[in-house]
Amino acid sequence: MRSSVDRTAAGKVMSMREAVASFVHDGDTVSLEGFTHLIPTAAGHEIIRQGRRDLTVVRMTADIVVDQMLAAGCVTRLVSSFVGNSSAGSLGELRRRIEHADPEPLAYEEYSHYGMVCRYLAGAQRLPFYPLRSYAGSDLPSVNPGIRKVTSPYPAADGTAEQIHVVPPVNPDVTFIHAQRADHRGNTQIWGLTGIQAEAVYAAEKAVVVVEELVADEVVRADPNRTLVPAHAVDAVVVCPRGAHPSFAQGYYDRDNAFYRAWSAISKDPVRLREWLEEWVYGTADHAAYVAKLGEGFWAGLAVGEALSGQVDYGRRL
Amino acid sequence: MSEERTRVAGAVTSSELLSVVAARELVGRRTVFAGIGLPTLAAELAHLTVAPEIEVVYESGVCGAHPSHLPETIADAVLITGAEAVLTMAALFGSVLQGGHIDVGFLGAAQIDRWGNLNTSVIGEWERPSVRLPGSGGAVEVMANAREVFVVMRRHTPRSFAEELDFCTTPGPDRALADGIRPLGTGVTRVITELGILARDGVGDELRLVAVHPGVTVEQVRAATGWELKVADTVTTVEPPTGAELRLLRDDVDPDRVYLR
Repeated sequence: MRSSVDRTAAGKVMSMREAVASFVHDGDTVSLEGFTHLIPTAAGHEIIRQGRRDLTVVRMTADIVVDQMLAAGCVTRLVSSFVGNSSAGSLGELRRRIEHADPEPLAYEEYSHYGMVCRYLAGAQRLPFYPLRSYAGSDLPSVNPGIRKVTSPYPAADGTAEQIHVVPPVNPDVTFIHAQRADHRGNTQIWGLTGIQAEAVYAAEKAVVVVEELVADEVVRADPNRTLVPAHAVDAVVVCPRGAHPSFAQGYYDRDNAFYRAWSAISKDPVRLREWLEEWVYGTADHAAYVAKLGEGFWAGLAVGEALSGQVDYGRRL
Repeated sequence: MSEERTRVAGAVTSSELLSVVAARELVGRRTVFAGIGLPTLAAELAHLTVAPEIEVVYESGVCGAHPSHLPETIADAVLITGAEAVLTMAALFGSVLQGGHIDVGFLGAAQIDRWGNLNTSVIGEWERPSVRLPGSGGAVEVMANAREVFVVMRRHTPRSFAEELDFCTTPGPDRALADGIRPLGTGVTRVITELGILARDGVGDELRLVAVHPGVTVEQVRAATGWELKVADTVTTVEPPTGAELRLLRDDVDPDRVYLR
């Protein structure tokens, strides 16, 4: 039996400040993933605090955290398939940037959700492109040269040549994901909505996993199928409880729907949005301070009940 | 018509009307790809009435949800607790949707044209739009791969039912064919609005008016449509929501009035 020696690089566990300082540079392509669940908001806030500039942000559902990074002047290019405040309204800063170049233009690469999924798949697998049955007849390829059409090398069932659209790989300099838990080497367990996190990590040159809890190796190894991202794909583990707010972490805290609704009004007014950033991002030293500032009474309102999984038997021969 | 039914039906809101009509159209369908809002209400009501076997597949990856409360978003935690399956995005869009497992996809749009092509990207020019809309999300995939698509439009105006789209985000099968690619699905087959129901059978068909709500005239619908709207030989009048449908919708599906207004 192999003993549980540390076979990967030691010292992956670090603060958010260290992780952003080490892995995010001006001009980088940064992916922040989490499909409505486990959105790495705290990572976005620390990127704002450290004043990164000229970033290309890749995120399927560009929502509140992207609007905040835009307002903070971190982002010059956005790659996305949905630019809205969930179903709660608009992203004020994003709309000002695109509709009025105010205060500066934003380069936008528009895809559909599966187009983005395929870009991550191609990126993770180091493929030159990925085919999908989307975009036939759409105006999207006319405004996005990344979406192209090729002829399949194989004939269709009826013997004719078949055309299909393809998208290019995306290989971010760094991907941030948020997760429920990981061990100190970065074996990362996620449950509930698992989105595109694993592909986004494998597509990236470097990956930072932000977790609600750091757990013992035994906890992970008691349920290996729950590990979505293994340690070999992870460069840093950041422990940051409640770091996905205002999104949620299944089993930890609920979605802050009131804040989603409030954001449409906050972001509509550029002055109010910047005051919000001053108070809640620049005005907090780190995410722990942001959490404390919200107060325990607030967090009690997002408390969740318990619904434990059943257990499966991973037993092996004696 | 009973007195009670008249009383209940008299107070029907636009959300209730659209949900009930959409639910009836789901008769016989099995798998429905639905976002939050009216499609969720319609699918839940259909489950209790005309389509007990219906399974809602959510864009967040949840299949066979059994929520304790009506979900507020496609990713509401209540959808996951007790669900039959939760899939990754790659499995959901690749294997479920592109793999051909969805009977009906529900979509909305800022603009629709006579062929059922949809715009959810911009009003105005794409490069410098007057309004930047959210974009596709999974709509391009739903249209390309679902067997048929139902569109629910709250507002029926010449601007939203457009002669020409400002931008085609989500193309129907006619545009796909013109692009040299054979579509898998039939595209939009129903458009449900506050004025009535438009229908379309498949490739080469334009949307045509097949039903109006009580008190709405064919002329009104024509005037509210930005193109020369085709009208079916027989235009029926939509039966108003029954007392039973409204009670289910208000008491069982959305008692907290998350979507019903």
